[in-house]
Amino acid sequence: MRKLLLAVFFCLFVVGAAFAADDAIKIGFYNCLTGQNAFGGQLELEGVQLAMEEFPEVLGKKVELVIVDNKSDKVEAANAVTRLIERDKVLAIIGTYASGLAIAGGEVAEVGRIPVVATSATNPLVTQGKKYTFRACFIDPLQGAGAAAYAYKELGFKKAAILVDVASDYGVGLANFFKQAFANLGGEIVSEVRYQSGDQDFTAQITEIISKNPDIVFLPAYFAEGAIVLKQAKELGATFRFMGGDAMDNPEMATLGGDAIEGFLYTGFAYAPDMPDMNPIAKKFTENWYKKYPGKDPNANAALGYDSYILIIDAITRAGSAEPEKIRDALEATKDVLTVTGTTTFDEDHNPQKDLGILQIKDGKKQFIGTIVP
Amino acid sequence: MELNMFMQHFINALGLGSLYGLIAIGYTMVYGILRLINFAHGDIFMLGAYFVFFATIQYKLPWALGLIIAVAGATLCGLLVDRIAYRPLRDAPRISALISAIGVSFFIENISIVIFSGMPRPVVQPPALMRAFSLGGVRLVPLGIMVPVISFVLVGALLWMVYRTKPGLAMRSISHDIETTRLMGVSVDRIIALTFAIGSALAAVAGVMWALRYPRVEPLMGIMPGFKAFIAAVFGGIGSIPGAMLGGISLGFVEIMSVAFFPDLSGFRDAFAFILLIAILLIKPTGLMGEKLEDKI
Repeated sequence: MRKLLLAVFFCLFVVGAAFAADDAIKIGFYNCLTGQNAFGGQLELEGVQLAMEEFPEVLGKKVELVIVDNKSDKVEAANAVTRLIERDKVLAIIGTYASGLAIAGGEVAEVGRIPVVATSATNPLVTQGKKYTFRACFIDPLQGAGAAAYAYKELGFKKAAILVDVASDYGVGLANFFKQAFANLGGEIVSEVRYQSGDQDFTAQITEIISKNPDIVFLPAYFAEGAIVLKQAKELGATFRFMGGDAMDNPEMATLGGDAIEGFLYTGFAYAPDMPDMNPIAKKFTENWYKKYPGKDPNANAALGYDSYILIIDAITRAGSAEPEKIRDALEATKDVLTVTGTTTFDEDHNPQKDLGILQIKDGKKQFIGTIVP
Repeated sequence: MELNMFMQHFINALGLGSLYGLIAIGYTMVYGILRLINFAHGDIFMLGAYFVFFATIQYKLPWALGLIIAVAGATLCGLLVDRIAYRPLRDAPRISALISAIGVSFFIENISIVIFSGMPRPVVQPPALMRAFSLGGVRLVPLGIMVPVISFVLVGALLWMVYRTKPGLAMRSISHDIETTRLMGVSVDRIIALTFAIGSALAAVAGVMWALRYPRVEPLMGIMPGFKAFIAAVFGGIGSIPGAMLGGISLGFVEIMSVAFFPDLSGFRDAFAFILLIAILLIKPTGLMGEKLEDKI
């Protein structure tokens, strides 16, 4: 039996080695493929794979994508990056959904001196002070301010409450940016209650918020939890509106939240498959997406996965070399690259400037209201 | 705090607590008999939720049938776990069985990720159970009332079984002295299997109600409720069935009321639960209703 197993492993090894051609350019991809945020990570992977079909080669060599799951867990995220660098010897890395995971993974990449393009990790700390980490998305101060401005100025809401996950770097950061911006505009924060990632019962927090009677509740959660919060709020008879950030932009919101998500507002990237004037690359992305994944709508995560891949390929092309150090330098010099979510130019903190969209769930579907400049 | 708000929190706490209690019973029964902490119990709970999810959402069976399938499926899994992972270690040192339990738990979680995929999936609640109504300023849904009621009925039935029937007598006797019970002609392995079956069935019922109340299933959903239920079992006095229920309800109240009265500390809700565990271990190590453990000769 043992001999048979050994033989099987040996065969697998040989086959695996044969596939991994020596001259391929290896790019690592780590993301939430299982667990809490799996729907987000999967979409980003599909976005990357779509981009890879369009640009399978760079510098005349084939690109090979090494995919590792971080299980939506911080420790696993660090492990995943270690594995990509030490075992798979990748030259650049794409990932991940969720700021907390991107911070954990980024620390490892920093030590290993491998450039990383974070897909949708919006917390400022992801790239702050990092030499090797970049990102395809905007950052949370913009989102927080945009959400506050829309709620206060456009909708005329004066009293806000905040429900935040204390274990999420994304949530805590975004909640603070919203709080500051809302207070600066003259609004009042009537209640701020917290929960922990993985909680499934939010009845106590929601009941507490109901007793404070706010106009709007800011919920900087990930969609899987956010949908359940909205559901329980409806069950408890909450009448105020909810508003969230880009992490609520997921097609699964509707399946998880049912009719409880009606009227939900959120800030997000200026990309929706049905938006009117798209830039040419967004148009191409949308067309190719429906060809590859018929019957499934792309979202901002898919677009950001696509963008991250494009940014790395662009950097490698400009560097004329696939050495990690050279890729890093080229990434830093990225200027006016047309990507699905707008043009990308990195500032000194490796963050791109991108438009902020306001979206709303209406009749069970997401509706792009427009962009906002806070 | 206004009375209606307090009552709302009270109802919320009762719902959450009775689910913890129901899961805690599985821990407490197995511990009472084998002195084994069955770490796989939370995962059986998860399997129960998945079975009902597949039966009702995937195969569109009615909920009642789904419940039966979930209970049957989880019971079978519980029996298999006992047969494969614990029974061969019955005479081994207790620590071996404990390690085996941890192994089984990891195994079930990971195989579930492979089979069910790691994605959380939505559970569609039957609308009849979710029709909200107000009662004296308290917002209620039928499900919120059903959960504690079903839990208490099940505990009542279980207590009757343990204290009024032959197999129950055998269970209690095994928990005192397994060897002597065997000498009395009781088929010890069968009674232990029955214990696992009952514990798993209750976990499945809890899993179904959990899936209805927090309408989402995922392979790791059993971990945290499992831990909490374990705290509840220890708090109530591990080995005692009414204790497990009391522990579960207490834990539900601690969690909900800590948020209700100290909203600023709401992020420390889980910490309160674990502080409760440490406090009870320091002050009354046998738990609220636990009996003093005597060393076996």
